[in-house]
Amino acid sequence: MTRITKEIYQSLGLSDLLYQRILEILNRQPTLTELAMLSVEWSEHCGYLCSRKWLRLLPREGRFKTLIGEDSGGIIVDGWAIIFKMESHNHPSQVEPKQGAATGIGGIIRDIFTAGARPIALLDSLRFGNLDDPYNRYLLKGVIEGIQGYGNCVGVPTVGGEIYFEEAYTGNCLVNVMCIGIAKRDELKRARASGIGNAIIYAGASTGRDGIGGCSVLASAEFAEGEEKRPTVQIGDPFMEKCLIEATLEAIATGFVVGIKDMGAAGLTCSTSEMASSGGVGITIDLKYVPRREEDMQPWELMMSESQERMILCVKKGRERDICNIYSRWGLNAVVIGHVCPDKTVKVKHNGKIVANIPASALTNPPVFDMPYREPDYIKEIKKLNLSVLPLPTDYNSTLLRILASPAIANKHWVYEQYDHMVQVNTVVRPGLGAAVLRIKDSKRAIAATTDCNSRYCFINPYRGAQIAVAEAARNLICVGAQPAAITDCLNFGNPQKPDRFWYFKSCLEGIAEACRFLGLSVVSGNVSFYNENPNGAIYPTPTIGMVGVIDDVKMINTQSFKKDGELIIILGNSREELGGSEYLKVIHRMVCGEIPDLDLSLEMRTQEAVLNMIREGLISSAHDCSEGGLAVTLAECCVSQEEFMLGAEIDRLPCICRPDALLFGESQSRFVISASEEYFARIKQIAKENNVPLYLIGRTTKVRKLKILNYIDLPLEEIYKSWYNSFVNYLR
Amino acid sequence: MRFGVVVFPGSNCDQDCFWVVNRVLKQSVRYIWHQEADIRGLDCIIIPGGFSYGDYLRPGAIARFSRVMKSIVKFAKRGGLVIGICNGFQILLEVDLLPGAMLPNKNLHFICRDTYLRVENNQTPFTHLSSAGQILKMPIAHHEGNFYITIDGLKRLQDNRQIVLRYCDAYGKVDSEANPNGAIDNIAGIVSEKGNIFGLMPHPERSSEDILGSDDGLLIFQSIKQWAKTR
Repeated sequence: MTRITKEIYQSLGLSDLLYQRILEILNRQPTLTELAMLSVEWSEHCGYLCSRKWLRLLPREGRFKTLIGEDSGGIIVDGWAIIFKMESHNHPSQVEPKQGAATGIGGIIRDIFTAGARPIALLDSLRFGNLDDPYNRYLLKGVIEGIQGYGNCVGVPTVGGEIYFEEAYTGNCLVNVMCIGIAKRDELKRARASGIGNAIIYAGASTGRDGIGGCSVLASAEFAEGEEKRPTVQIGDPFMEKCLIEATLEAIATGFVVGIKDMGAAGLTCSTSEMASSGGVGITIDLKYVPRREEDMQPWELMMSESQERMILCVKKGRERDICNIYSRWGLNAVVIGHVCPDKTVKVKHNGKIVANIPASALTNPPVFDMPYREPDYIKEIKKLNLSVLPLPTDYNSTLLRILASPAIANKHWVYEQYDHMVQVNTVVRPGLGAAVLRIKDSKRAIAATTDCNSRYCFINPYRGAQIAVAEAARNLICVGAQPAAITDCLNFGNPQKPDRFWYFKSCLEGIAEACRFLGLSVVSGNVSFYNENPNGAIYPTPTIGMVGVIDDVKMINTQSFKKDGELIIILGNSREELGGSEYLKVIHRMVCGEIPDLDLSLEMRTQEAVLNMIREGLISSAHDCSEGGLAVTLAECCVSQEEFMLGAEIDRLPCICRPDALLFGESQSRFVISASEEYFARIKQIAKENNVPLYLIGRTTKVRKLKILNYIDLPLEEIYKSWYNSFVNYLR
Repeated sequence: MRFGVVVFPGSNCDQDCFWVVNRVLKQSVRYIWHQEADIRGLDCIIIPGGFSYGDYLRPGAIARFSRVMKSIVKFAKRGGLVIGICNGFQILLEVDLLPGAMLPNKNLHFICRDTYLRVENNQTPFTHLSSAGQILKMPIAHHEGNFYITIDGLKRLQDNRQIVLRYCDAYGKVDSEANPNGAIDNIAGIVSEKGNIFGLMPHPERSSEDILGSDDGLLIFQSIKQWAKTR
């Protein structure tokens, strides 16, 4: 037996402390295979060692009935289960953008169909460093190529997402991918093995040496300068995944599948140990049956490999052939590699010998750490903003055009037109018009989905910034007429061993928990990604929120663009002199500072309810939330976001006495811009009053193709459209 | 009438075509697995979009050797109605049921968006319910939709009125600005000489219900249904 040295366990990413724990639990020295298995299961990526304590804060219940599974979660709508999850693939994408992003998509799709749900939509939330750096452009293009190459082929529409650029992401981009699936409620499957003697079937791609240590060495450590980590990235095959989806859903429909789990991070180790542990049973597998594409693979390599497009199924004894036949019809491997046994351990055989024998619960219950945290000193400094020395723009028109053309605000059609966003014929509201809306076939209901996170806000004020991410995602859903239902969160932070980084994590988590609880949203699934650092420091704290909402009647949906000339333009909510952390400060004044806008959760909820009621009663023609870029950008987007049908707007009064730049570009929260026919105004006012929501009539839509805001803005729509619609591609040259 | 929708491993618009024929057009339809040879009893075969066999070599290059395609070629040569959408069109080119070839889009990117199409021939089984010059709104979603054919071949297509759909703008103007992928002569869809085989890059099944932004594509399916009835 190989003697385990410090060098060996450290090369697998295990600390002295963790190795001591392993010795205590096993009461003996682990074998090399056991050590490899524990190193991946106990990695931060799989084991949530630092975060688990705090994740318990997140509400698991909300307005809709919630389901929490092993790999994903969801909500119940009538007889349907809507399953969703978001996950990060940051480090693989930074190392090899195309394959990193592609395998991120593959992995998140598997998390959904392993629950028995058909994947119906993808969204991606991306963060890169500034585009004047050619490497960041390379990353952006590579990531998009990866998403489109995989997502388009696999036949799941990419319906939404977001892309932001901040210097803090140079050297560590973020690729957060979300998948939504749908199933009949009673067709769902869990990742649990049960029934002593039932078969353990391996299905899908063969196992190779790719991705060994992906979750431990790559995902659970910082990047150091000049380090070569490419071999830890996996290679994806979307064609195989497409076949795997169809075969797996067919297999589940037979009723012979007891439990099922995909092999993602930590491959065979994770799938066998978690299936055994959550089922309260043991699993014995023999590696000689594992399909492989390379010779002489060692047992530890087979157990750690993160080769893509593989599944583990627990199948009723005697029904193995039925299941294997389905996979082979789709041209896929499917072999019995073991069985369920009573003794609650994971046993691995190789060449007739047992090379690993570990209690399943030891693998799936790594130690939980209580990490120290401390507010960094610079927070007080960055919150300072002295408006009295900030010069006002001399030309508001050009200021607005510059903000509209900034990479964060500019329309991303260059990106989303490369994604098939219509396959499966469910996409009712497409990218670029607000939250995505997908109909549910054979139902009058629909679902809406969005992702959101203003990480600049989270950098300045993590608690409130995270609350705003939740509130804004909800606002996006409200605008299309959806009741926000539940979230999945993808929490991207720096090195958790550093107390200032951990303070950000803890504060954001508390913010999400509080906002979700207040707004009646459950957190159904999620993912934590630590160690997002580059040699210059941590990324901005980025707790990406993926939110799903429910639309009662798909005919009563709404979009952000103005629909008819001569209609009233109304703003709901309060506008204040709030410029801290704004896009305006960043783009025009090159400043990232100042306290971020206030958030009153009670007002937020009342305003959202008011707008939702107005949409459900059919009173309003458009609704758009005010977010990055403030009121002026919101109005501009309302005018031009429906290319074939642009309408002008004349704004002749505004409800705020403050600096004009704050009035136009300030990002006060809980605000909506709506348009409506005059005949409904009385009822709209009544709804606002009933909900105690401030309402101001500010102008009208016009046939004249111009946006006029008081005496500040007077721009032809063509010019607005050009800046907003055509700018993004220019940053990529 | 009875439709068949081919399923290759990697097809991803098969279920969409099935849905539209079955639930919107309300016609009988069944899936045809790629290894099936027996396609008797079907009146129209739909070869759907997607990435048949992964399309790693060249779109449709592997599918042409499949068992089902051998039967479809025979079916088509006997005059049976065949419509190939997107990857289906690419496959029809590869098996030589239609002339020409596909190049990568001119901008070298996958393109997914609405296009406008002008009906250039409304005397086919697939378009006879539309008016001459009618403008249809249908989305495209492909990486290789840049139709190419030799000058002689193009002339034959024109002379035989085989060009059925051309990319245009919202007002019907056919020019390079309205051409999303660089296709020669703005060609979006063509028929065989006898008119019974139709290949098109746009997706009529994605534009067959108002709620999805357009139901212009339904006209294609309705035309097929009506045509079969009158035969």
